[in-house]
Amino acid sequence: MKILIYIQSSENKINPISLESLVAAQKLKKEKGAEIHAVTFSNKISEDLSQYDINEIILINDDYLDEYNPLHFLKVFSNLDNQYNPDFFIFGHTYETRDWVPRLSARLDIPFISDSIGMRVEDNIIFTRSLYQNKINSDLVCKSEKAIVSFQSGAFKIDSLESGNASINKVEINLAEVPNKIINEPKFKDSDGDIDLSSADFIISIGRGIGKEENIPIAKELSELIGAQLASSRPVVDSGWLNHSLQIGSSGQVVSPKLYFALGISGAIQHVVGMKGSSCILAINKDANAPIFELADYGIVGDIMEIIPKLNSAIKELNG
Amino acid sequence: MKICVLIKQVPNEDAIIKISPDGSGIIKDNLTYCTNEPDTYALEEALLIKESADDCEVVVCTMGKETASQILKEALAKGADRAILIDNKNLDEDLDPLEISKIISKVLDKEKFDLVLSGLQSDDSGHAQTGLLIAELLNMTHASLVVGTEILSDGKMKVKKELESGWFQWAEMTLPSSLSIQSGLNKPRYASLKGIMGAKKKQIDKYDPNELEIQISDTKLETQKIYIPQKSKETKYIEGDNDAIVEELIKILKDDIKAIN
Repeated sequence: MKILIYIQSSENKINPISLESLVAAQKLKKEKGAEIHAVTFSNKISEDLSQYDINEIILINDDYLDEYNPLHFLKVFSNLDNQYNPDFFIFGHTYETRDWVPRLSARLDIPFISDSIGMRVEDNIIFTRSLYQNKINSDLVCKSEKAIVSFQSGAFKIDSLESGNASINKVEINLAEVPNKIINEPKFKDSDGDIDLSSADFIISIGRGIGKEENIPIAKELSELIGAQLASSRPVVDSGWLNHSLQIGSSGQVVSPKLYFALGISGAIQHVVGMKGSSCILAINKDANAPIFELADYGIVGDIMEIIPKLNSAIKELNG
Repeated sequence: MKICVLIKQVPNEDAIIKISPDGSGIIKDNLTYCTNEPDTYALEEALLIKESADDCEVVVCTMGKETASQILKEALAKGADRAILIDNKNLDEDLDPLEISKIISKVLDKEKFDLVLSGLQSDDSGHAQTGLLIAELLNMTHASLVVGTEILSDGKMKVKKELESGWFQWAEMTLPSSLSIQSGLNKPRYASLKGIMGAKKKQIDKYDPNELEIQISDTKLETQKIYIPQKSKETKYIEGDNDAIVEELIKILKDDIKAIN
């Protein structure tokens, strides 16, 4: 078995999700005797990688790869497919992965198991995916000889990485002929992204379950009473009720406060990745099956609009 | 300009999903369905482009059972010009995303669309692949998590993409292009009464994938079983009437968290 794993990096630092995926590759090395070939576009990263248990580090140095462009990445990996013919391509499930790897699946005509949350080896290799917005998990077996898989952040623990002494092999791929049909401009942050939620000790976060915009002041009052920062999940921002800069999750900010008080948040994975590191998670939701309760320390199945006003009054009374 | 919007029918957001006793799938009886929410933003973006262009046709396309024509009718009522239903009643329900995309591409290829728009992912299986697979199969450019669009002259457009951790990026793309649209970039409209009446006259073309002269592979991503996820943490549930709950909450906020004195 042969594995080609892409190690994503920026500013000479490996994206942690790539190291987590490397744990998956090492698991297949251990249990299935797989060979691991790790791909990087950076000199520095190729050296960093040599400390791990990897068979070969494939270093591709090319100005075309300094900035992400899907068409260049596609060309690189379809060439590597020709050269290496791997059984598995492994990626961390990042923005870039979701942007270009589906195209690789179509170009190579092999299935793509996207956003896997786990993998185990039995007679077959079994991948786990999350369905219906985290309400249900699905175990699947891949019947294809070749496949692509991407792992979600947190699927594996980096501390179980095996060390080794890998050699670096430079590979050249001609990218000059790739058509110039997607031209990316420089990245930027919108000016309203100023509020840094990551330094807040306490966060009161509201989700779709808040019901309507008129209900938000109740949550805001609670946040003021306990000195918390107000934040939200995506649907609240999408509805225009709160500014995008207050959004927690994969497309917003990642936080790990002492208290994360989730009001009417269902717990879709895009949100969970932004707050699962919180020390204490308190959740109120009227749906007892909401996935947020899977990671809550304290759970209340109930109506925010009945409980929070009472809580606010009780705190005010305490404060005198 | 010719725009195709890919939409999908999925169980309602608040539907209680039940698993069949053998764990092979979900129980579909009594489920209520709606348009996949992210797709409503893709449709709205297409309608906004149409309104600002001189000559633009918006076609909605779905693959699903005959009952999925409901979401097509809703899209027509909102202002789409016509619709395509690819009826999958004779197909395996769990086809791989790549095979589904081959079928859709075959139908779309008959029409030569300048733009294909789709929601960023479906709320049921959530592969987040279809629009991008189609980009490759039809040799289009693509962008994902698009939060803004601007049509330029000379067969090009600009899109604003949402990257990770609050970063954004504009890109200039050569058409034809397939864009996966991020939720929240616009405010999806409701259908007007006039729209609903007008939709009845609009055309829905139906395709049977078996008549498309296309080789469809068997499902390779084979579901072994589905199940309710195990809890990663022991959750302490606070129960009782609301007064008892508030009392307990005060204790936690005071003693555990020290958020109040």
